[in-house]
Amino acid sequence: MSPSYQDLLAQAREAIPEVEPSDIAPRVESGDGPLIIDVRETAEWDQGHLPGAIHVPRGFLESRIGGVTSGTDQELLISCASGQRSLLAAKTLADMGFSNVTNLAGGFARWKQNNYPVEVPRILSPAQRSRYSRHVLIPEVGEEGQLKLLDSKVLLIGAGGLGSPTAYYLAAAGVGTLGLVDDDVVDESNLQRQIIHTTDRVGMNKGESAKQAIAALNPEVQVNVHPFRVNRDNVLDLLDQYDVVVDGADNFPTRYLMADASLMTRTPLVHSSILRFEGHASTFMPYDGPCYRCLFPEPPPPDLAPSCGEAGVLGVLCGVMGNIQATEAIKVLLGMGDTLSGRLMIYDALGMTFTELKVRRDPDCPSCGPNADLQLRDYEAWCAGVGSHDHAGATA
Amino acid sequence: MSTVKIPPVLRQAVGGERTVEAPGSTMGEVLTNLCQAHPAVGAQILTPDGELHKYVNIYVNDEDARLLQWTDTPVGEGDTVMILPAMAGGA
Ligand SMILES: [Zn+2]
Repeated sequence: MSPSYQDLLAQAREAIPEVEPSDIAPRVESGDGPLIIDVRETAEWDQGHLPGAIHVPRGFLESRIGGVTSGTDQELLISCASGQRSLLAAKTLADMGFSNVTNLAGGFARWKQNNYPVEVPRILSPAQRSRYSRHVLIPEVGEEGQLKLLDSKVLLIGAGGLGSPTAYYLAAAGVGTLGLVDDDVVDESNLQRQIIHTTDRVGMNKGESAKQAIAALNPEVQVNVHPFRVNRDNVLDLLDQYDVVVDGADNFPTRYLMADASLMTRTPLVHSSILRFEGHASTFMPYDGPCYRCLFPEPPPPDLAPSCGEAGVLGVLCGVMGNIQATEAIKVLLGMGDTLSGRLMIYDALGMTFTELKVRRDPDCPSCGPNADLQLRDYEAWCAGVGSHDHAGATA
Repeated sequence: MSTVKIPPVLRQAVGGERTVEAPGSTMGEVLTNLCQAHPAVGAQILTPDGELHKYVNIYVNDEDARLLQWTDTPVGEGDTVMILPAMAGGA
């Protein structure tokens, strides 16, 4: 006669030792307990589970257990809601050769009744699941990646040509907090490229204007408006509040300030600069890859480094380069793919070419080298100074 | 002849061209010849003593010339020499 459900449970009980929550709770709380496998369904798991538990629904147990365990001799504690499904699951694992499997008596229900600590997994709300569904569908992002973006904080230096598309797309992507540093106001001549601003907001602070656009696009994004210029007195406090900084400044003193401050606070720096039809982009990972000064030890003099206001810029170029920055920021936040760390990408819109140059860490770098005496300086004076002197390289 | 890639800020100095051909068997010779043909370029990238300013990066076939043999890096037919100053624009 085929065994009944009760027979199966009885057989499993003979093979699998059971532990009471009170027996195992001290070890779980101190973090040196067995690997806990929770075999309930997703909806049950989402309501809460034992701290540190791994979710492997019963239906996927045989196929997934190998991927979450280190070997068949690993100590495992199997849990479910009441201790019955987990008992059968534990028996299956024993049949698969796992030699150190126990079952949590009374399951999660008894654990919770005894007021032992419970972890409630963070999940996207139904509205978030809908809004970010195209992200959640990407295996490299998924719900976990989207939650990470929602927890992330990105600081943008400038809400202008580069900052407009970068901020807009990062907001759409659900980056939870965006800081916008800009002391400037929207001007009519900005609107050819600074698409986050509008004609009726001419005269408004750019951070405030961008905040309105972002609120309309994705109201759940927290926007911090910093309506001042970043300088050596405020930069470190500012960077401490963010995970990644995106540099869309329009002058060298600010760019060298951000380069040094990102090293000091170990904040990844996503860089781009633009002029006419050409854009540069790179990502500087503090002390892990080259820094901005490894690439450009000194700024050129002002006549060799005109701003977009002086020399012009193709509006569309800002969209391309700003979105490269947004892409890099997301990759850094999610730790996926290969960033532009160690590479300078040059986009030539006229030739429609992307050129990639290798950037190496300079062992003599005055900012990130082993002998560097890194401290924030008067970057205005320094940039003016190096530009007016003859700092010779080798003979040409 | 090598092909010299001219950055946006120096294009006016070479009549608006994005690339210019220049002779020379080393990167230094190529740039010297370029600056002789287009003195306005020399005024920007060379010191009065004829040395390259430190704020100018040079790449030979997309490799940083500082990591090659700098101005002595050999170049020939079909090679590219890129002049790359930092750009500041972002707004
Ligand atoms: Zn460096």
